[in-house]
Amino acid sequence: MREASPKPQAEHSSWTLSIRRLLARNLPLSNLLPDRQPVYVGSWVYIFGVLAIAGLIWIIGSGVLLAFFGPQWWHESNIGRFVNSLHLWSVQVFFVFMVLHLWGQYFMAGWRDGRAPTWMIGVVIFAFSIAAAFTGFVSQQNFAGEWIAVNAKDATNSFGIGSLFNVLNFGQMYGIHVVLLPLLLATLLGIHLVLVRMRGVVRPIGLKRAAPPSDEERPS
Amino acid sequence: MNAADRQAKYYAGIKMIHFDLVKEMVLALFVVSLVVVGLAGVLSSPDDPAVTLQTWATKDPVDFVTTATSELAGTSGTAGYGPPYNNTADVAQAIGPISPQSLAGVRIPIDPAQDFVLKPLGFAAVGNPTISTALQTYAAASSDQQQTWLTSYTDALGNATVANDEVSVASGDYGPVPDLMTGLLGLARTGALDGLLLSNGNLFQTDFTKPLLFLGDGNYLPNLAAAQHLTGDQWGMMNETGMYPGQTWLWAFSFWYQFPPFNGPADILGQQIDWSANTDLIVIILMIVLTTLLALVPFIPILRDIPRWVPIHRLIWRKYYRNS
Repeated sequence: MREASPKPQAEHSSWTLSIRRLLARNLPLSNLLPDRQPVYVGSWVYIFGVLAIAGLIWIIGSGVLLAFFGPQWWHESNIGRFVNSLHLWSVQVFFVFMVLHLWGQYFMAGWRDGRAPTWMIGVVIFAFSIAAAFTGFVSQQNFAGEWIAVNAKDATNSFGIGSLFNVLNFGQMYGIHVVLLPLLLATLLGIHLVLVRMRGVVRPIGLKRAAPPSDEERPS
Repeated sequence: MNAADRQAKYYAGIKMIHFDLVKEMVLALFVVSLVVVGLAGVLSSPDDPAVTLQTWATKDPVDFVTTATSELAGTSGTAGYGPPYNNTADVAQAIGPISPQSLAGVRIPIDPAQDFVLKPLGFAAVGNPTISTALQTYAAASSDQQQTWLTSYTDALGNATVANDEVSVASGDYGPVPDLMTGLLGLARTGALDGLLLSNGNLFQTDFTKPLLFLGDGNYLPNLAAAQHLTGDQWGMMNETGMYPGQTWLWAFSFWYQFPPFNGPADILGQQIDWSANTDLIVIILMIVLTTLLALVPFIPILRDIPRWVPIHRLIWRKYYRNS
Protein backbone atom coordinates (compact mmCIF):
# COMPACT_ATOMS: atom_id res chain seq x y z
CA MET A 1 0.00 0.00 0.00
CA ARG A 2 1.41 3.28 -1.02
CA GLU A 3 1.75 5.95 1.61
CA ALA A 4 0.29 9.28 0.77
CA SER A 5 3.06 11.70 -0.11
CA PRO A 6 3.29 14.60 2.33
CA LYS A 7 1.66 17.73 1.10
CA PRO A 8 4.07 20.57 0.42
CA GLN A 9 3.85 23.10 3.25
CA ALA A 10 1.88 26.07 2.14
CA GLU A 11 3.48 29.49 2.60
CA HIS A 12 1.79 30.94 5.60
CA SER A 13 2.05 34.37 7.01
CA SER A 14 2.19 35.69 10.54
CA TRP A 15 3.29 38.85 12.30
CA THR A 16 6.42 37.03 13.45
CA LEU A 17 7.33 35.93 9.96
CA SER A 18 6.64 39.37 8.56
CA ILE A 19 9.06 40.97 10.99
CA ARG A 20 11.65 38.23 10.35
CA ARG A 21 11.44 38.80 6.59
CA LEU A 22 11.58 42.56 7.03
CA LEU A 23 14.72 42.27 9.16
CA ALA A 24 16.33 39.76 6.79
CA ARG A 25 15.63 42.07 3.87
CA ASN A 26 16.76 45.32 5.50
CA LEU A 27 19.31 44.27 8.11
CA PRO A 28 21.45 41.55 6.54
CA LEU A 29 24.43 40.57 8.68
CA SER A 30 26.75 41.16 5.74
CA ASN A 31 25.84 44.85 6.03
CA LEU A 32 25.80 45.00 9.82
CA LEU A 33 29.24 43.40 10.14
CA PRO A 34 30.96 43.94 6.79
CA ASP A 35 34.45 42.59 6.11
CA ARG A 36 35.05 44.73 3.03
CA GLN A 37 34.79 48.43 2.40
CA PRO A 38 35.26 50.76 -0.56
CA VAL A 39 38.85 51.77 -1.18
CA TYR A 40 38.07 55.45 -0.61
CA VAL A 41 37.51 54.77 3.09
CA GLY A 42 41.12 55.58 3.83
CA SER A 43 41.21 58.62 6.08
CA TRP A 44 41.44 59.37 9.79
CA VAL A 45 38.10 61.16 9.46
CA TYR A 46 36.38 57.77 9.42
CA ILE A 47 37.85 56.93 12.83
CA PHE A 48 36.27 59.87 14.71
CA GLY A 49 32.83 58.27 14.98
CA VAL A 50 34.29 55.01 16.31
CA LEU A 51 36.42 56.93 18.83
CA ALA A 52 33.32 58.83 19.99
CA ILE A 53 31.55 55.50 20.56
CA ALA A 54 34.59 54.29 22.53
CA GLY A 55 34.29 57.44 24.68
CA LEU A 56 30.60 56.71 25.19
CA ILE A 57 31.41 53.18 26.36
CA TRP A 58 33.67 54.68 29.05
CA ILE A 59 30.99 57.21 29.98
CA ILE A 60 28.41 54.46 30.47
CA GLY A 61 30.82 52.17 32.32
CA SER A 62 32.00 54.86 34.75
CA GLY A 63 28.45 56.22 35.04
CA VAL A 64 27.09 52.81 36.06
CA LEU A 65 29.65 52.66 38.89
CA LEU A 66 28.86 56.23 40.00
CA ALA A 67 25.12 55.49 39.99
CA PHE A 68 25.63 52.23 41.89
CA PHE A 69 27.70 53.68 44.73
CA GLY A 70 26.01 57.09 44.94
CA PRO A 71 26.99 60.74 45.45
CA GLN A 72 28.83 60.38 48.77
CA TRP A 73 31.15 57.81 47.18
CA TRP A 74 32.31 60.02 44.33
CA HIS A 75 33.05 62.90 46.73
CA GLU A 76 34.52 61.14 49.73
CA SER A 77 36.47 58.05 48.62
CA ASN A 78 39.62 58.00 46.54
CA ILE A 79 38.31 55.32 44.21
CA GLY A 80 35.02 57.20 43.86
CA ARG A 81 36.87 60.39 42.97
CA PHE A 82 38.92 58.48 40.40
CA VAL A 83 35.81 57.00 38.77
CA ASN A 84 34.29 60.49 38.78
CA SER A 85 37.43 61.68 36.96
CA LEU A 86 37.08 58.85 34.44
CA HIS A 87 33.49 59.99 33.85
CA LEU A 88 34.52 63.63 33.32
CA TRP A 89 37.38 62.88 30.92
CA SER A 90 35.45 60.30 28.93
CA VAL A 91 32.74 62.94 28.43
CA GLN A 92 35.38 65.37 27.16
CA VAL A 93 36.84 62.71 24.81
CA PHE A 94 33.34 61.78 23.60
CA PHE A 95 32.49 65.38 22.71
CA VAL A 96 35.83 66.08 21.05
CA PHE A 97 35.44 63.11 18.70
CA MET A 98 31.71 63.63 18.18
CA VAL A 99 32.32 67.23 17.07
CA LEU A 100 35.20 66.14 14.82
CA HIS A 101 32.92 63.44 13.39
CA LEU A 102 30.19 66.03 12.80
CA TRP A 103 32.48 68.49 11.00
CA GLY A 104 34.09 65.66 9.07
CA GLN A 105 30.71 64.48 7.85
CA TYR A 106 29.72 68.05 7.02
CA PHE A 107 32.72 68.66 4.77
CA MET A 108 32.25 65.22 3.19
CA ALA A 109 28.54 66.07 2.69
CA GLY A 110 27.78 62.73 4.31
CA TRP A 111 24.03 63.15 3.81
CA ARG A 112 24.19 62.53 0.05
CA ASP A 113 22.55 59.60 -1.76
CA GLY A 114 19.74 58.99 0.75
CA ARG A 115 21.71 59.54 3.94
CA ALA A 116 19.83 62.64 5.17
CA PRO A 117 18.06 60.67 7.97
CA THR A 118 21.45 59.46 9.21
CA TRP A 119 22.71 63.06 9.37
CA MET A 120 19.54 64.31 11.07
CA ILE A 121 19.59 61.60 13.72
CA GLY A 122 23.26 62.41 14.27
CA VAL A 123 22.38 66.06 14.98
CA VAL A 124 19.63 64.93 17.37
CA ILE A 125 22.18 62.71 19.14
CA PHE A 126 24.48 65.73 19.43
CA ALA A 127 21.66 67.85 20.92
CA PHE A 128 20.61 65.17 23.42
CA SER A 129 24.25 64.56 24.35
CA ILE A 130 24.46 68.23 25.34
CA ALA A 131 21.33 67.78 27.46
CA ALA A 132 22.79 64.61 29.02
CA ALA A 133 26.05 66.38 29.85
CA PHE A 134 24.16 69.37 31.25
CA THR A 135 22.03 67.23 33.59
CA GLY A 136 25.25 65.52 34.67
CA PHE A 137 26.98 68.81 35.45
CA VAL A 138 24.06 70.01 37.60
CA SER A 139 23.96 66.62 39.36
CA GLN A 140 27.56 66.81 40.57
CA GLN A 141 26.54 67.98 44.06
CA ASN A 142 29.47 70.36 44.30
CA PHE A 143 30.02 74.11 43.85
CA ALA A 144 30.13 73.97 40.04
CA GLY A 145 26.90 71.98 39.88
CA GLU A 146 25.23 74.30 42.36
CA TRP A 147 26.21 77.43 40.42
CA ILE A 148 25.33 76.01 37.01
CA ALA A 149 21.85 75.16 38.33
CA VAL A 150 21.32 78.62 39.84
CA ASN A 151 22.52 80.26 36.63
CA ALA A 152 20.69 78.00 34.19
CA LYS A 153 17.27 78.30 35.81
CA ASP A 154 16.79 81.70 34.16
CA ALA A 155 17.07 80.15 30.70
CA THR A 156 14.63 77.30 31.39
CA ASN A 157 12.23 79.62 33.21
CA SER A 158 12.30 82.16 30.37
CA PHE A 159 11.22 79.42 27.96
CA GLY A 160 8.37 78.40 30.27
CA ILE A 161 9.75 74.96 31.13
CA GLY A 162 11.32 75.83 34.48
CA SER A 163 8.84 73.77 36.47
CA LEU A 164 8.66 70.89 33.99
CA PHE A 165 12.46 70.69 33.85
CA ASN A 166 13.52 72.15 37.20
CA VAL A 167 17.31 72.40 37.20
CA LEU A 168 17.24 73.14 40.95
CA ASN A 169 15.63 69.76 41.64
CA PHE A 170 18.52 67.33 42.04
CA GLY A 171 16.28 64.25 42.13
CA GLN A 172 14.71 65.12 38.78
CA MET A 173 18.00 66.06 37.08
CA TYR A 174 19.76 62.95 38.38
CA GLY A 175 16.97 60.63 37.24
CA ILE A 176 16.93 62.19 33.78
CA HIS A 177 20.72 61.99 33.62
CA VAL A 178 21.19 58.37 34.65
CA VAL A 179 18.10 56.77 33.10
CA LEU A 180 16.10 58.69 30.51
CA LEU A 181 18.78 60.40 28.44
CA PRO A 182 21.15 57.38 28.34
CA LEU A 183 18.27 55.17 27.13
CA LEU A 184 17.29 57.75 24.53
CA LEU A 185 20.87 58.24 23.36
CA ALA A 186 21.56 54.51 23.17
CA THR A 187 18.41 54.03 21.08
CA LEU A 188 19.22 56.90 18.73
CA LEU A 189 22.82 55.76 18.40
CA GLY A 190 21.61 52.25 17.55
CA ILE A 191 19.39 53.64 14.79
CA HIS A 192 22.22 55.89 13.56
CA LEU A 193 24.64 52.96 13.34
CA VAL A 194 22.14 50.69 11.61
CA LEU A 195 21.45 53.43 9.03
CA VAL A 196 25.20 53.88 8.48
CA ARG A 197 25.69 50.17 7.92
CA MET A 198 22.59 49.74 5.76
CA ARG A 199 23.41 52.64 3.45
CA GLY A 200 27.14 52.04 3.33
CA VAL A 201 29.82 54.69 3.13
CA VAL A 202 28.97 57.68 0.95
CA ARG A 203 31.00 58.14 -2.23
CA PRO A 204 33.59 60.90 -2.49
CA ILE A 205 32.23 64.21 -3.75
CA GLY A 206 32.36 64.38 -7.52
CA LEU A 207 32.63 60.61 -8.01
CA LYS A 208 30.08 59.57 -10.60
CA ARG A 209 27.74 56.78 -9.69
CA ALA A 210 27.81 53.50 -11.56
CA ALA A 211 24.04 53.45 -11.64
CA PRO A 212 21.46 56.15 -11.04
CA PRO A 213 19.98 56.12 -7.56
CA SER A 214 16.55 54.70 -7.10
CA ASP A 215 13.89 57.09 -5.87
CA GLU A 216 14.12 55.83 -2.32
CA GLU A 217 17.84 56.56 -2.23
CA ARG A 218 17.46 60.22 -3.07
CA PRO A 219 17.31 62.72 -0.26
CA SER A 220 13.76 63.95 -0.19
CA MET B 1 15.78 44.82 -3.66
CA ASN B 2 17.20 44.01 -0.24
CA ALA B 3 19.73 46.17 1.60
CA ALA B 4 22.72 44.02 0.61
CA ASP B 5 21.83 44.28 -3.10
CA ARG B 6 21.23 48.02 -2.80
CA GLN B 7 24.64 48.50 -1.23
CA ALA B 8 26.33 46.28 -3.85
CA LYS B 9 24.71 48.40 -6.54
CA TYR B 10 25.88 51.59 -4.83
CA TYR B 11 29.45 50.33 -4.64
CA ALA B 12 29.43 49.00 -8.23
CA GLY B 13 32.66 49.78 -10.07
CA ILE B 14 34.51 50.74 -6.89
CA LYS B 15 37.42 48.66 -5.68
CA MET B 16 36.61 46.97 -2.37
CA ILE B 17 39.27 46.17 0.21
CA HIS B 18 39.29 43.98 3.31
CA PHE B 19 38.87 45.53 6.72
CA ASP B 20 38.01 44.37 10.21
CA LEU B 21 35.24 46.40 11.80
CA VAL B 22 35.40 44.66 15.17
CA LYS B 23 39.18 44.99 15.36
CA GLU B 24 38.86 48.71 14.57
CA MET B 25 36.35 49.14 17.40
CA VAL B 26 38.55 47.24 19.86
CA LEU B 27 41.62 49.27 18.90
CA ALA B 28 39.65 52.53 19.23
CA LEU B 29 38.48 51.43 22.67
CA PHE B 30 42.05 50.62 23.65
CA VAL B 31 43.36 54.03 22.54
CA VAL B 32 40.50 55.91 24.22
CA SER B 33 41.03 53.85 27.38
CA LEU B 34 44.66 54.96 27.52
CA VAL B 35 43.66 58.60 27.05
CA VAL B 36 40.78 58.56 29.57
CA VAL B 37 42.63 56.62 32.29
CA GLY B 38 45.75 58.74 31.70
CA LEU B 39 43.90 62.05 31.96
CA ALA B 40 41.90 60.90 35.00
CA GLY B 41 45.02 59.59 36.73
CA VAL B 42 47.19 62.62 36.04
CA LEU B 43 44.70 65.50 36.12
CA SER B 44 41.93 64.09 38.39
CA SER B 45 38.75 66.23 38.36
CA PRO B 46 37.47 69.39 40.05
CA ASP B 47 35.27 69.00 43.11
CA ASP B 48 34.97 72.22 45.10
CA PRO B 49 32.50 71.63 47.94
CA ALA B 50 29.01 73.06 47.51
CA VAL B 51 28.26 76.29 49.34
CA THR B 52 25.66 75.73 52.04
CA LEU B 53 23.54 78.29 53.89
CA GLN B 54 25.72 77.40 56.86
CA THR B 55 28.92 78.27 54.95
CA TRP B 56 27.40 81.52 53.72
CA ALA B 57 26.16 82.59 57.18
CA THR B 58 29.55 81.79 58.69
CA LYS B 59 31.81 83.34 56.03
CA ASP B 60 29.75 86.40 55.11
CA PRO B 61 27.13 87.05 57.80
CA VAL B 62 26.43 90.62 56.66
CA ASP B 63 25.55 89.46 53.14
CA PHE B 64 23.43 86.66 54.61
CA VAL B 65 21.49 89.04 56.86
CA THR B 66 21.15 91.67 54.10
CA THR B 67 19.73 89.02 51.75
CA ALA B 68 17.42 87.58 54.42
CA THR B 69 16.13 91.09 55.13
CA SER B 70 15.42 91.59 51.41
CA GLU B 71 13.52 88.27 51.38
CA LEU B 72 11.40 89.50 54.27
CA ALA B 73 10.88 92.88 52.61
CA GLY B 74 9.94 91.31 49.28
CA THR B 75 12.75 93.06 47.43
CA SER B 76 15.02 90.08 46.69
CA GLY B 77 15.64 88.54 43.30
CA THR B 78 13.33 85.61 44.04
CA ALA B 79 10.60 87.86 45.46
CA GLY B 80 10.53 89.85 42.23
CA TYR B 81 11.26 86.95 39.86
CA GLY B 82 7.81 86.25 38.45
CA PRO B 83 6.81 82.84 37.05
CA PRO B 84 7.26 80.04 37.92
CA TYR B 85 7.78 81.24 41.53
CA ASN B 86 5.34 84.13 41.91
CA ASN B 87 3.11 86.57 40.08
CA THR B 88 5.31 89.67 40.03
CA ALA B 89 4.00 91.73 37.13
CA ASP B 90 5.98 92.80 34.05
CA VAL B 91 9.17 90.88 34.79
CA ALA B 92 8.67 87.72 32.71
CA GLN B 93 10.91 87.52 29.66
CA ALA B 94 9.12 88.08 26.36
CA ILE B 95 9.62 88.64 22.67
CA GLY B 96 6.98 91.15 21.72
CA PRO B 97 3.67 89.84 23.03
CA ILE B 98 4.96 86.27 23.35
CA SER B 99 6.03 85.23 26.83
CA PRO B 100 6.31 81.47 27.44
CA GLN B 101 7.33 82.30 31.02
CA SER B 102 4.01 84.07 31.67
CA LEU B 103 2.03 81.45 29.77
CA ALA B 104 3.48 78.66 31.93
CA GLY B 105 2.36 80.53 35.06
CA VAL B 106 3.25 80.02 38.71
CA ARG B 107 4.09 76.31 39.01
CA ILE B 108 6.53 76.35 41.93
CA PRO B 109 4.94 78.89 44.28
CA ILE B 110 7.47 80.44 46.62
CA ASP B 111 6.86 83.19 49.17
CA PRO B 112 10.40 84.16 50.18
CA ALA B 113 9.34 86.01 53.36
CA GLN B 114 7.43 83.00 54.63
CA ASP B 115 9.48 80.17 53.11
CA PHE B 116 13.00 81.51 53.69
CA VAL B 117 12.57 83.52 56.91
CA LEU B 118 9.35 83.33 58.94
CA LYS B 119 8.55 79.59 58.71
CA PRO B 120 12.11 78.51 59.66
CA LEU B 121 12.06 81.02 62.52
CA GLY B 122 8.79 79.47 63.67
CA PHE B 123 10.73 76.25 64.35
CA ALA B 124 13.56 78.16 66.05
CA ALA B 125 11.03 79.99 68.25
CA VAL B 126 10.20 76.82 70.16
CA GLY B 127 11.92 77.32 73.51
CA ASN B 128 13.42 80.64 72.42
CA PRO B 129 11.40 83.55 73.89
CA THR B 130 13.43 86.22 72.07
CA ILE B 131 12.57 84.85 68.63
CA SER B 132 9.04 83.96 69.69
CA THR B 133 8.36 87.50 70.92
CA ALA B 134 10.00 89.03 67.84
CA LEU B 135 7.80 86.92 65.55
CA GLN B 136 4.66 87.93 67.44
CA THR B 137 5.61 91.62 67.36
CA TYR B 138 6.36 91.44 63.65
CA ALA B 139 3.12 89.63 62.84
CA ALA B 140 1.09 92.10 64.90
CA ALA B 141 2.57 95.15 63.15
CA SER B 142 0.94 96.75 60.13
CA SER B 143 2.42 96.18 56.70
CA ASP B 144 3.57 99.82 56.58
CA GLN B 145 5.27 99.49 59.95
CA GLN B 146 7.00 96.29 58.83
CA GLN B 147 8.31 98.00 55.69
CA THR B 148 9.54 101.00 57.69
CA TRP B 149 11.51 98.73 60.03
CA LEU B 150 12.89 96.69 57.11
CA THR B 151 13.90 99.75 55.07
CA SER B 152 15.67 101.36 58.05
CA TYR B 153 17.42 98.10 58.89
CA THR B 154 18.47 97.53 55.26
CA ASP B 155 19.98 101.02 55.14
CA ALA B 156 21.82 100.43 58.41
CA LEU B 157 23.22 97.11 57.13
CA GLY B 158 25.30 99.13 54.66
CA ASN B 159 27.59 100.01 57.59
CA ALA B 160 27.18 96.79 59.56
CA THR B 161 30.03 95.28 61.53
CA VAL B 162 30.58 91.75 62.76
CA ALA B 163 31.65 91.11 66.34
CA ASN B 164 31.35 87.89 68.31
CA ASP B 165 29.63 86.22 65.35
CA GLU B 166 26.83 88.80 65.48
CA VAL B 167 25.94 91.44 62.92
CA SER B 168 25.74 94.88 64.53
CA VAL B 169 24.27 98.04 63.07
CA ALA B 170 23.93 101.61 64.31
CA SER B 171 21.15 102.21 66.81
CA GLY B 172 17.76 102.89 65.30
CA ASP B 173 14.11 101.92 65.25
CA TYR B 174 14.14 98.52 63.57
CA GLY B 175 11.42 96.92 65.70
CA PRO B 176 11.87 93.14 66.03
CA VAL B 177 13.84 92.83 62.78
CA PRO B 178 17.33 92.58 64.39
CA ASP B 179 16.11 89.80 66.70
CA LEU B 180 14.57 87.97 63.75
CA MET B 181 17.78 88.25 61.76
CA THR B 182 19.99 87.26 64.67
CA GLY B 183 17.76 84.22 65.13
CA LEU B 184 17.91 83.29 61.43
CA LEU B 185 21.67 83.80 61.32
CA GLY B 186 22.11 81.52 64.33
CA LEU B 187 19.82 78.94 62.72
CA ALA B 188 21.86 79.08 59.50
CA ARG B 189 25.19 78.87 61.33
CA THR B 190 24.19 75.60 62.99
CA GLY B 191 23.23 74.12 59.61
CA ALA B 192 19.60 73.77 60.66
CA LEU B 193 18.37 76.23 58.03
CA ASP B 194 19.79 74.03 55.23
CA GLY B 195 17.56 71.21 56.48
CA LEU B 196 14.54 73.39 57.13
CA LEU B 197 14.51 74.79 53.57
CA LEU B 198 14.65 71.27 52.18
CA SER B 199 11.90 69.96 54.42
CA ASN B 200 8.63 69.20 52.66
CA GLY B 201 6.90 67.13 55.30
CA ASN B 202 8.35 63.89 54.02
CA LEU B 203 11.43 62.10 55.27
CA PHE B 204 13.11 62.00 51.86
CA GLN B 205 13.99 65.12 49.91
CA THR B 206 15.85 65.70 46.68
CA ASP B 207 14.50 69.10 45.63
CA PHE B 208 16.95 71.94 46.39
CA THR B 209 14.88 74.71 44.80
CA LYS B 210 14.39 76.79 47.98
CA PRO B 211 17.94 76.76 49.40
CA LEU B 212 19.42 77.37 45.95
CA LEU B 213 17.11 80.31 45.23
CA PHE B 214 17.96 81.82 48.63
CA LEU B 215 21.70 81.32 48.00
CA GLY B 216 21.37 82.81 44.52
CA ASP B 217 19.75 85.98 45.91
CA GLY B 218 22.86 86.91 47.90
CA ASN B 219 26.20 88.21 46.68
CA TYR B 220 28.32 85.51 48.31
CA LEU B 221 27.61 82.70 45.79
CA PRO B 222 27.81 84.92 42.64
CA ASN B 223 31.06 86.47 43.91
CA LEU B 224 32.61 83.03 44.35
CA ALA B 225 31.41 82.12 40.85
CA ALA B 226 32.85 85.33 39.37
CA ALA B 227 36.21 84.57 40.98
CA GLN B 228 36.17 81.21 39.18
CA HIS B 229 35.11 82.76 35.83
CA LEU B 230 31.73 81.04 35.95
CA THR B 231 29.29 83.91 35.47
CA GLY B 232 27.29 84.40 32.30
CA ASP B 233 29.34 87.38 31.08
CA GLN B 234 32.52 85.30 31.51
CA TRP B 235 31.40 82.46 29.20
CA GLY B 236 30.42 80.85 32.50
CA MET B 237 28.13 78.09 31.23
CA MET B 238 31.03 76.40 29.45
CA ASN B 239 33.58 76.78 32.28
CA GLU B 240 34.45 74.64 35.26
CA THR B 241 36.12 75.45 38.56
CA GLY B 242 39.90 75.64 38.39
CA MET B 243 41.63 75.07 35.06
CA TYR B 244 39.44 72.14 34.06
CA PRO B 245 37.39 72.04 30.88
CA GLY B 246 33.67 72.31 31.48
CA GLN B 247 30.85 72.19 28.97
CA THR B 248 32.97 73.68 26.19
CA TRP B 249 30.40 72.48 23.66
CA LEU B 250 28.09 75.22 25.00
CA TRP B 251 30.30 77.90 23.43
CA ALA B 252 27.66 78.74 20.83
CA PHE B 253 25.14 79.25 23.66
CA SER B 254 27.47 81.37 25.84
CA PHE B 255 28.63 83.37 22.81
CA TRP B 256 25.48 85.50 22.58
CA TYR B 257 25.72 86.68 26.19
CA GLN B 258 29.06 88.40 25.56
CA PHE B 259 28.07 91.43 23.50
CA PRO B 260 25.31 94.04 22.94
CA PRO B 261 22.42 94.13 22.30
CA PHE B 262 22.21 90.77 24.10
CA ASN B 263 23.90 92.03 27.28
CA GLY B 264 23.18 95.76 27.10
CA PRO B 265 22.28 98.71 24.89
CA ALA B 266 23.67 98.92 21.37
CA ASP B 267 23.36 101.58 18.72
CA ILE B 268 22.22 99.74 15.59
CA LEU B 269 21.45 101.88 12.56
CA GLY B 270 20.72 104.83 14.80
CA GLN B 271 18.38 102.82 17.01
CA GLN B 272 19.06 102.11 20.68
CA ILE B 273 18.46 98.38 21.08
CA ASP B 274 18.75 96.53 24.38
CA TRP B 275 17.71 92.89 24.65
CA SER B 276 19.32 92.26 28.03
CA ALA B 277 15.97 91.94 29.86
CA ASN B 278 14.98 89.08 27.55
CA THR B 279 18.36 87.61 26.62
CA ASP B 280 17.71 84.10 27.93
CA LEU B 281 14.55 83.67 25.88
CA ILE B 282 16.12 85.17 22.75
CA VAL B 283 19.23 82.97 23.04
CA ILE B 284 17.21 79.79 23.64
CA ILE B 285 15.04 80.44 20.59
CA LEU B 286 18.13 81.32 18.56
CA MET B 287 19.81 78.05 19.55
CA ILE B 288 16.70 76.02 18.72
CA VAL B 289 16.61 77.65 15.29
CA LEU B 290 20.33 77.07 14.69
CA THR B 291 20.13 73.43 15.80
CA THR B 292 17.14 72.88 13.53
CA LEU B 293 19.07 74.43 10.64
CA LEU B 294 22.00 72.11 11.37
CA ALA B 295 19.67 69.10 11.27
CA LEU B 296 18.13 70.30 8.00
CA VAL B 297 21.45 71.10 6.27
CA PRO B 298 20.90 68.34 3.65
CA PHE B 299 17.87 70.25 2.36
CA ILE B 300 19.11 73.85 2.57
CA PRO B 301 20.75 75.29 -0.56
CA ILE B 302 24.09 77.02 0.04
CA LEU B 303 24.56 75.28 3.42
CA ARG B 304 24.48 71.89 1.72
CA ASP B 305 26.67 73.17 -1.15
CA ILE B 306 29.49 74.59 0.96
CA PRO B 307 31.26 71.19 1.25
CA ARG B 308 31.48 71.07 -2.56
CA TRP B 309 32.95 74.58 -2.73
CA VAL B 310 35.40 74.23 0.16
CA PRO B 311 38.03 71.69 -0.90
CA ILE B 312 38.42 70.02 2.49
CA HIS B 313 36.97 66.87 0.91
CA ARG B 314 39.92 66.91 -1.52
CA LEU B 315 42.14 66.56 1.54
CA ILE B 316 40.06 63.82 3.16
CA TRP B 317 39.87 61.71 -0.01
CA ARG B 318 43.22 62.86 -1.42
CA LYS B 319 44.55 59.31 -1.93
CA TYR B 320 41.44 58.29 -3.78
CA TYR B 321 41.37 61.39 -5.99
CA ARG B 322 45.09 60.95 -6.72
CA ASN B 323 44.68 57.34 -7.78
CA SER B 324 41.45 57.65 -9.70
